[in-house]
Amino acid sequence: MKKPLGELYKGQKGRIDSFNDKALSLKLMEMGFLPGEVIQLSHIAPMGDPIAVSVSGYILSLRLEEANTIIVEC
Amino acid sequence: MGNFPGVTVEKKTGLCNLENSKAEIIDLPGCYSLAPKSIDEEISFNVLCNPNNPDKPDVVVVVADASNLKRSLFLCTQIVDLKIPTVLVLNMIDQADKKGLTIDFDALSVELGIPVVYTNARKQTNIRALIKVISGAVSVSEKTIVDVGYLNAAALNEAKSICSVNNTYSAFVIANSPSVFLDVDKSYLLELSLQKHNYKRLQAQSSEALHRYAAIGEIIKKCISHFPVSESKINALLDKVLTHKVWGYLIFLGVLFFIFQAIFTWSTYPMDLIEKGLIGLSGWLTDILPSGILVDLLCRGIIPGLTGVLIFVPQIALLFAFIAVLEDTGYMARVSFIMDKAMRKFGLNGRSVIPLISGVACAVPAIMSARTISNWKERMITIMVTPLMSCSARLPVFTLLIALIIPPDKTFLGFSLQGVTLMLLYLIGVVSALLSAYVMRLFIKTKEKSWFIMEMPDYRAPRWDNIGITMLEKVKLFVLSAGKIIVIISIVLWGLSSFGPDDTFGRVEQKYSANEYSQQFSEKEIMNKIAAEKLELSYAGILGKKIVPIISPLGFDWKIGVSLITSFAAREVFVGTMATLYSVGDAENSSTVREKMAAAINPLTGGKAYTFAVGFSLLLFYVFALQCMSTIAIVYKETKHWKWPLIQFIYMGALAYLSSFIAYTIFK
Repeated sequence: MKKPLGELYKGQKGRIDSFNDKALSLKLMEMGFLPGEVIQLSHIAPMGDPIAVSVSGYILSLRLEEANTIIVEC
Repeated sequence: MGNFPGVTVEKKTGLCNLENSKAEIIDLPGCYSLAPKSIDEEISFNVLCNPNNPDKPDVVVVVADASNLKRSLFLCTQIVDLKIPTVLVLNMIDQADKKGLTIDFDALSVELGIPVVYTNARKQTNIRALIKVISGAVSVSEKTIVDVGYLNAAALNEAKSICSVNNTYSAFVIANSPSVFLDVDKSYLLELSLQKHNYKRLQAQSSEALHRYAAIGEIIKKCISHFPVSESKINALLDKVLTHKVWGYLIFLGVLFFIFQAIFTWSTYPMDLIEKGLIGLSGWLTDILPSGILVDLLCRGIIPGLTGVLIFVPQIALLFAFIAVLEDTGYMARVSFIMDKAMRKFGLNGRSVIPLISGVACAVPAIMSARTISNWKERMITIMVTPLMSCSARLPVFTLLIALIIPPDKTFLGFSLQGVTLMLLYLIGVVSALLSAYVMRLFIKTKEKSWFIMEMPDYRAPRWDNIGITMLEKVKLFVLSAGKIIVIISIVLWGLSSFGPDDTFGRVEQKYSANEYSQQFSEKEIMNKIAAEKLELSYAGILGKKIVPIISPLGFDWKIGVSLITSFAAREVFVGTMATLYSVGDAENSSTVREKMAAAINPLTGGKAYTFAVGFSLLLFYVFALQCMSTIAIVYKETKHWKWPLIQFIYMGALAYLSSFIAYTIFK
């Protein structure tokens, strides 16, 4: 099933499928968000936003709005 | 590499002894790629890619996180493709071991065509080997990891000649970020040429990133083997507590409380020492040097100006030591993480927390630390509202005025009312900073999208030597950038308060040399009276009286007017000016200033000059007004435009005037 990264539950894993924001996708790719890469939602900030994900061997935090430009297959 | 929020936003240089020579080492701010997205990344980009940069390196040493080689190789292979002699250092090799990674250094060196050295900088492992490699001749790699020529050869060829570089990849990265260092004409030419060749910037960059990661994937397959190990649980556990919806905030508050307590209590002793030392110095110089205008300038203009700069050194050093510890341990990233949502409501960013908090010590380093905010709008708003946080220079003014208008024995809910008032003033500062940010959010326009993609590093013990260096650097930066301006303005203000029109000063001295005074008063009392009367008749005094019609609605008299003018350079000058005006002599003894001010009579009403209304109105004025030349200077330096400090000065002045006016009208 394909859905935006922000809709994973805490601890859920998925595989990056595609991006829907061109400018942002470049920055994301440079930081290791690559199509096919396994990604896991590891923390959610107290107010529900931002979230922290584990990808390419490290943990990155990003806002929900940014996370939702990443479509994951899970 | 790594862009953890914090203080590493300038390039740093140092000298290093190599085997047969000396080298200048430039440490650049961390970045992930050669496509800069914030000011600190632009600094690194400029050094690496600008062929005309005076700091253009002979050898680039890429320090990569060995435990996360894939991402680290992204920047490294980009630099290899720039055709600059490069050495790859795999740092944190212990972390890689823990993760069960085995790296074949020789194979990696062959694949990249550059020397590869492993180190553990924290434990100083293998640093000698690195020095040996750098000392030898490092040549340009013969490999090209990604040949971008396939993207749009015609456009890139023309870009090469416009940017005067002979390497296609250099032309490629400059074409993608032309505004960083190209002048207007060249970037216009480049833009036209790229359009002519139908060059699609984003598409090209994405395509490069994908190709590069594909190439890196191949390299890693050949050089790294992975053994499964059980992962440490400490990080996850700490994250659970520190980003918890209750504990996370409570711990953060506790940390803040501790830092403030430490800054205020630990710095008292060195601050006293600096102040007493310099006052002593100026007194001693006055005694031993012949009296004259130059000595007066030195002792009453330059040395007090220097005191005004140096007095902040202990607080700034401590604040940055604490910030460096928080950054180094990885805690700062968690603070930004849990604060982002709340800060965003006010048009700020999780990373704005650091500048805003630092603003309580001093706005100058605080505004500098806003550089890590990559979004232009959020950075501007942070810079604009940070000076509203009550900085340590306001503290002497607050203490004096609170003692003047609030009786020390009064309590509020069991706490000293004086202390509660002080806290209230700080709160007003915080709330007005957030509200101003909220309003500015509506006015500052940008097309740029805000983002908050940030690495959450593993928790580690702080590196104490690194913290010591950060402290020194920040202090140096403050003394040099703010110090110059404070000293200059102090000299101007000395001039304004030491000279008057015509021969008024001579007449004052003549008046007090009459016998009736020498019989009635001691020599010291006469000296103080002369000083007070001279200040009243000086240009500063005249200006103070001129602005009375403007400030009388706020309840201020000409003496406050003079103090407002003299404390324009730095707020704490207020106390010294008051001391002179009430002929106390030295500002050393603030309790005598307070007694004199408390006894002062308002000639119009016959009652006390410093009523609650006047005192509170003045306090509010100092909460809001931007009376700090150093802040104005640093805002100009950081925004590169006079518009911003000007707007800031006006809006904060308006807030000050309005709130003082309202307070005075209500309490009068």
